[in-house]
Amino acid sequence: MRLVILEDYDQASEWAAKYICNRIIQFKPNQGRYFTLGLPTGNTPLGCYKKLIEYHKNGDLSFKYVKTFNMDEYVGLPRNHPESYHSYMWNNFFKHIDIDPNNAHILDGNAPDLQAECDAFEKKIEEAGGIDLFVGGIGPDGHIAFNEPGSSLSSRTRLKTLAMDTILANAKYFDGDLSKVPTMALTVGVGTVMDAREVMILITGAHKAFALYKAIEEGVNHMWTVSAFQQHPRTIFVCDEDATLELRVKTVKYFKG
Amino acid sequence: MPSNKSVSDAPIVQFTNCRILRSHQLQREDLWVREGKILNPEKLFFDEKGSADIQLDCKDSIIAPGFIDVQINGGFGVDFSLATDDFKSGLDLVSQKILSHGVTSFCPTLVTSPPSVYHQVLPQISIRNGGAHGAGILGAHLEGPFISKEKKGAHPEHCLRTFEAGAFQDLLATYGSLDCVRIVTLAPEMKRSSEVIRELTKQGICVSLGHSVANLSQAEEAVQHGATFITHLFNAMLPFHHRDPGIVGLLTSDKIPAGRRVFYGMISDGIHTNPAALRIAHRAHPKGLVLVTDAIAGMGLAPGRHTLGQQVVEIDGLNTYIAGTKTLSGSVATMDTCVRHFQEATGCSVETALEAASLHPAQLLGIEHKKGTLNYDSDADFLMLNDDLYVQATYIAGEEVWRQDALGM
Repeated sequence: MRLVILEDYDQASEWAAKYICNRIIQFKPNQGRYFTLGLPTGNTPLGCYKKLIEYHKNGDLSFKYVKTFNMDEYVGLPRNHPESYHSYMWNNFFKHIDIDPNNAHILDGNAPDLQAECDAFEKKIEEAGGIDLFVGGIGPDGHIAFNEPGSSLSSRTRLKTLAMDTILANAKYFDGDLSKVPTMALTVGVGTVMDAREVMILITGAHKAFALYKAIEEGVNHMWTVSAFQQHPRTIFVCDEDATLELRVKTVKYFKG
Repeated sequence: MPSNKSVSDAPIVQFTNCRILRSHQLQREDLWVREGKILNPEKLFFDEKGSADIQLDCKDSIIAPGFIDVQINGGFGVDFSLATDDFKSGLDLVSQKILSHGVTSFCPTLVTSPPSVYHQVLPQISIRNGGAHGAGILGAHLEGPFISKEKKGAHPEHCLRTFEAGAFQDLLATYGSLDCVRIVTLAPEMKRSSEVIRELTKQGICVSLGHSVANLSQAEEAVQHGATFITHLFNAMLPFHHRDPGIVGLLTSDKIPAGRRVFYGMISDGIHTNPAALRIAHRAHPKGLVLVTDAIAGMGLAPGRHTLGQQVVEIDGLNTYIAGTKTLSGSVATMDTCVRHFQEATGCSVETALEAASLHPAQLLGIEHKKGTLNYDSDADFLMLNDDLYVQATYIAGEEVWRQDALGM
C-alpha cells in the first residue's frame, strides 16, 4: 500500500483532491471512454469535495466524461430528506460541477425490491467498465462503506443492518435522536470495492486512529473490513497526523521518509 | 445538456452567481426557473436527470421575491378613483411603470368615492397575471367610504357612508360588485360593522381597519369577526394611549384568535411616520409589518398639483398635502424607496426589509404558496437588486420585464 501522511485535515483533503484531479486529467476521458469514480459520503471527504469543486470552477477539471458510483444510501429515508446521501451528494458536490445527471449513480434506498436494486447497481458498474478509482473512508469500527464488522470480505452490493457504533456515530445528524437514525442501508460490498483498479481511503482525525491501526498493522480480518485492502494491488491511504496516532513510529517513519 | 423531455420540453434557466432570499436568509444558491415557476434543481437532477439549458451570471446580485403593493391609489398622472374614459389604459400604464420599482403584484386602491365611481371603475379592474405588460393585479383595495368622519384624512366627507340602513347590502349597493375586490378598509366602531366584517371575510375578502376612532376592544372584536389588516398604522386612527392603545394596540393584543396574525401597513416614506414610531411598531410585531406606498397620481411626476379622487393635492418633494392644508394625502414614494428607508430607519437586516414588501403582503392575502417567496413551485416573480437595495432588474413568471439600463435611467 501507499500511506500518505499530511500534516492536517486541509492538507490531506487537498492532496486527495489533487490526486483525483490528476488521475482524471491523465486518463483524458472522452465521449467513448469515461472515467469511473467511486465516491464516499460523511464528514471526512467534505474538504476533498470542496477542493474538487474549486478545481472545476477554475476551469482545470471537468466532470463531463466522468461517471460516479456512490458507496451507499440509507434504506427508508425519503430521497429529499436533508440527511439522505442523495441530498449530501447534491449539496456538497453535484450541484457545483458539470456532471451529466445520467452518470451520477446512487443506490435507491426506497426501491420496491432492494436486492434487485443492489444487483442492478453491480450491473451498472460492470457496464461502465468497472471502477477506475474508488474513494472511500473508514468508520470508527474499521468499516468501509456500510460493511460492518462481520461482513464477508468478498461481499457484493447488498442490504445491511447498521451496527450500534454506526448508529451512535450518525445520531448527531438526526438531532441526537437515536429513534430517527435509519437502521438499514444499501451498500457496495467489500468485494465490489476490491474490484476497482485503484482504491484511495481517506482517514483523518484522532478518533479514526485505532481503526487505521487495526486496518494496516494487524491482519486481514472481517471485524475490521478495511483490512481487506491489504490484499489490493493498488491502494493509497491518505491521512493526517492525528489519524496516525495509534501506529508504530517505525511504520510512520517508513512512509514519511 | 438538454432538459429532460419526459416531464417538460420547456427551457430551464439557471441564475448563477447570486444570493437568493430563502428561508428568511440570503443564501448563496442558484435560482432555477422553468415554465414561469421556481424549479427544484435537486429533483430535476435525480428524478428527471435534467440540467439547465441556459445559465445566467447575476454578477453577485441579491435575488428577492417581487414586491407586492397592497395600497396604491395611482401614479404617473393616473388616479384609480377617477372614472375617466381611459381608465383601463391608465391602470395599464401604472402597472407597467411600477415594474421599475420592483413591484410585481399590486392592489389598485380606490379612496372614498361616490357609488357611481365604483360602479364605473370596478368592472374595469380584473384580476390578472403580470408579465411584460406590467405587474399582476391581485384585486382592488377599497379604502372607504365606510370610515369615520373624524379620521377621514384626505377622503371627501360628503361621500362617507354608514352601515346603519342595510349593513352588507348597503356595502354591496355602494360598490356594485365585489367580484375583483381583495381588501376593504372600514372603521369597525360603526354600528353593524361586525356583520359586514363577517360577511366580507366569508367571501374571502381581506378586511382592514383604518380611518377610525375605534378603541382597542372594538378593534379586537373586529379581528375576532375576521379583520386581519390595519391600514397605514398610526395614520388616521387614534394615537396610542397607555390606557387605551386603540387600533395600535392590536400589535400586542392577547385577544387575537389562535393561529391568526394581524398585519399592519406602514408607509415608510419618512414622512407619514416618524422613524422612531416605525421602529416601535416593527419591534413590537416584526412579523406583521407590511410595507405599502399609498402612492397617489403624483407619484413619478414633477412636484405640483394633482388629483386624488374628489380632492386636489399638492406635491412638494416627498410631501403630499390636500391643497392649501397640512393634511397628508397619500404619498409619492416608490416601493423600493420605502424598502430602503425602512431598512435604514430600523437598522433591520436586508432580509427583513425585503420580506416586509414581499412575504408579509403575500401572507396577508393568503397567497404565500405561490407569491412572495422563492420557494420551489412558487411563481417566478423576482427582482435582482444591488447591495444598497436598488432594483436592477424585474422578472415576472421567469421573464425579464424590466432592466435598469447602463445609464441608470
